[in-house]
Amino acid sequence: MYSFHYRRPTALNEALAVLHADSEAKMLAGGQTLIPTLKQRLAQPTALVDLSRIAGLSGIQKTAEGVTIGAMTHHADVARSPIVREVIPALADLAGQIGDAAVRNRGTLGGSLANNDPTADYPAAVLALNAVVSTDHRSIPADAYFQGLFETALEEGEIIVAVEFPQVDKAAYAKFRNPASRYAMAGVFVAKTAAEVRVAVTGAGQSGVFLWEEAGDVLASDFSPAAVDKLALDPSDLMSDLHGSAEYRAQLVKVMTKRAVASIA
Amino acid sequence: MTNLATPASPPKSETVHVSLTVNGKPVTVEVDPRTLLVQLLRDHLLLTGTHVGCDTSQCGACVVLMDGDAVKSCTVLAAQADGASVTTIEGLAAGGTLHPMQEAFRENHGLQCGFCTPGMIMTAVDLVAHHGPGLTEQQIREGLDGNLCRCTGYHNIVKSIAAGAQAMAGGSGSGAKVAAE
Repeated sequence: MYSFHYRRPTALNEALAVLHADSEAKMLAGGQTLIPTLKQRLAQPTALVDLSRIAGLSGIQKTAEGVTIGAMTHHADVARSPIVREVIPALADLAGQIGDAAVRNRGTLGGSLANNDPTADYPAAVLALNAVVSTDHRSIPADAYFQGLFETALEEGEIIVAVEFPQVDKAAYAKFRNPASRYAMAGVFVAKTAAEVRVAVTGAGQSGVFLWEEAGDVLASDFSPAAVDKLALDPSDLMSDLHGSAEYRAQLVKVMTKRAVASIA
Repeated sequence: MTNLATPASPPKSETVHVSLTVNGKPVTVEVDPRTLLVQLLRDHLLLTGTHVGCDTSQCGACVVLMDGDAVKSCTVLAAQADGASVTTIEGLAAGGTLHPMQEAFRENHGLQCGFCTPGMIMTAVDLVAHHGPGLTEQQIREGLDGNLCRCTGYHNIVKSIAAGAQAMAGGSGSGAKVAAE
């Protein structure tokens, strides 16, 4: 690791002050991506601003619309939460499939979303559920939040505070994971409301998480795995790497969509 | 860790004050902010039972309990452990008596070379804490997702954990629900 200053503010405005004064400072949430990145010397922040001591950034609350989860809430806490299990069980299932047990004890919702890795799990849930990312000064709807590979609508130094997930009629997540990295080769989150079906895909798109609108449309009129059979996802925007070709991923996305639908149809 | 050229880096003299509890004893140190929890344990406190296998968050040889939760100590900064209570493999045995999970590993031949064993045992203790003594074989296998054994001794590790879980609950220690062969 290159050397850095370590800051541990206890209030949000203190953290914002450090981040706004130094554009090379980086936020540290659970550190399960950032620390390995620093160890490989792939990043050289001047300072790490540890968000773990700021009150009010973690916790899970049931709301009139669904559930609100603090940005610093660990994956393991979401996976085990009776509230999440009751309101959006698919979200708890997803959290329980991230990384491994030790990673889930440290990794956070906000960290995952701020990084927006194209193979991370949470972005699929946030996009399919049409959740709202709330930050220190505004609320960003999921449709506007994800902007490409590791790109989000977050401004420099903007801190995610919580994510508001609306309750839906039915939801499920199906993931085909890379057995070595445990990231998604294809992860599909299906969310059904009275108005629409949203199918969000992670792990496969060249530009990160995306909505498979065609699948959402056919599932809105016929919510069954068979409805997806006649579809073919265009592989031209999908990732191709040593783990699998774009065509292979296109097929995986279709299979994961069918599995997700089958589990709740 | 070799300190190669660090262009435009902040002053190297800066240290961070860390106070924590390790195996029940209070510890206070001044460390470079880059210090990993595993380096604090091994290099500063000489608790070398916690192993570094891969150093890339994959293998789980460095797993310790931090406020009761299994964490990879190669992926936690020492500074992040300020105020925490950390338990390492050295902190499990009471006096000269092995912890029931350690005893179960010995009894069930749950180790070959032993390198992954500290991480396996700490992960197992966390598993029992969260799932109770009636752990199923599937829960054990899924729970070991982040712990690699290069001797491929998983079968006896799973058996050991099932037995250790029973023993921790005050059972006979032989109540493994895992087929022997």
